[in-house]
Amino acid sequence: MNLLGIFSQIEKADPEIGEKMDYSRRKMLKTTSVAAAATPMFFAAMVNKAFAAEGCAGDAIAIVKYALTLEYLERDFYRAGQFKAGLLPAGTRPYVVQIAKHEAQHVDLLEGVLGIKPNAMQPKYNMATLNAALADYPTFLTYAQALEDTGVRAYKGQAACLLEEDTATSRTVLAVALRIHSVEARHAAAVRYMRDLRVWPSGGQNGTEPDPKVYMDEDQGTQGGANLVDFFNMQENKMKLYSPDMSTRSVYESFDEALTAEQVLAIAGPFFAAPM
Amino acid sequence: MEELTSTSTPKKGPSVPAIPSVERRMFLRALGLTTVSAAAFLTACQNSMNDVAPKYSGARLSADGVSFGEGDFAILNYAYALEQLETAFYMAVIEKKTFAAGSKEEMIFKDIHDHELIHREFFKLAIPADKRIGDLEFDVSSIDFTNRREVLNTARVLEDTGVAAYNGAGPLISKANSIYLTIAGKIVSVEARHASLISSILQPGGGLFAGDYVVDNNGLEKALTVSEVLGRAGRYIKTAINPASLLALESSKS
Repeated sequence: MNLLGIFSQIEKADPEIGEKMDYSRRKMLKTTSVAAAATPMFFAAMVNKAFAAEGCAGDAIAIVKYALTLEYLERDFYRAGQFKAGLLPAGTRPYVVQIAKHEAQHVDLLEGVLGIKPNAMQPKYNMATLNAALADYPTFLTYAQALEDTGVRAYKGQAACLLEEDTATSRTVLAVALRIHSVEARHAAAVRYMRDLRVWPSGGQNGTEPDPKVYMDEDQGTQGGANLVDFFNMQENKMKLYSPDMSTRSVYESFDEALTAEQVLAIAGPFFAAPM
Repeated sequence: MEELTSTSTPKKGPSVPAIPSVERRMFLRALGLTTVSAAAFLTACQNSMNDVAPKYSGARLSADGVSFGEGDFAILNYAYALEQLETAFYMAVIEKKTFAAGSKEEMIFKDIHDHELIHREFFKLAIPADKRIGDLEFDVSSIDFTNRREVLNTARVLEDTGVAAYNGAGPLISKANSIYLTIAGKIVSVEARHASLISSILQPGGGLFAGDYVVDNNGLEKALTVSEVLGRAGRYIKTAINPASLLALESSKS
């Protein structure tokens, strides 16, 4: 896994933040290894729960750098796709251009948050992986979907971290992160639509997957302590649905799950050059 | 400028008597959209927009109305109310047979209905009974359910509004209950997928799925205040609302 390699690249780009990154790395590695606490029944029981967001990339600044790394990858993936002759069939360009535009805007915005120069933290890519992902149009879409659905899960995974940090910086970053998160979800659905897939992830509905880790633990029947699969297996609840026989899938589709920073970077890792 | 009406198909389902409407067109005008995409959209509707006036704008507000409660419960009830509205809307679409039985569009709207109902029932399970608002009453009779494009656009607007409502309310959650934010995040991205899907039906192959009218030049989707959300979605809520506690929470955090 290239996780540490990515962070050392970032540190090279901006040596002043080494100390902060050490803290982030420790916190991240510590928090991601903690098993999920037993979930109490329903929200009311959680009021006194200790702050325990898991899988944080670190503090708000570290989270921005983490997000920026993913946005660089997305931007440069679409950019390469747009400019590769013959890759995009006629009629698909408006879709791809719209997505690529947003990814570039996200890079600019996050660079602005950090106050760094354009591309100052751009990672070095594993060109073999990147080129393979652009082999042909179906492959391009397969990877686009993986990147978008991973992006959605990545932002979702940092929201609680930012809320709990509760500093002026974290509040600003949270407001921005939530508004990027929903854009990535729109992209993900659009790419899935282009592939003629259901636009909500669930087991068996994700098409060809370049990496099974993208949808790991995505099918969750219980939310906030409420077992919704069981609830909608009860006849009187099931019959409220138009597709009662698909109630379990509908529960899975109704909630997109988060990924920890470590999980996300394990997925994104192969796109980045091995650290020096 | 992109044409947004490229997917019109003949209606095949049984015709439904037209529902008297004084404000369905105004719904579109009231969006307050200002970008080029929105302008194109509104231009397309302009012909039928000059003959009606709004009876009221937004929700029915009353000091005696339903209160969302205090603290984080106000946020959860706010989300619960929106999920109730979305469920009611999609049920009306199916029951009034906007789309032909067995059509791809009907299947999609059934899927979306089921997601919204699951969200609604989730909040009903999650919020303790003594903190939870009741079942709200809705009036969607201003929508012409025989008009396929109006239904698709109304669905799109409701989903856009839902996403922006979650985006706006998420940061209001207290840090002690960050789990609520995580779960809200699991829901909002599904709403964004709905918005994207409906937009792709409206404009296949175009950029409407994440259009410039909802995503700004920084690549950020809208985040709406409580007042803005009630101004858009509230027109369908028949039950009188008292949003004071929610507005107070919002102003305390800004």
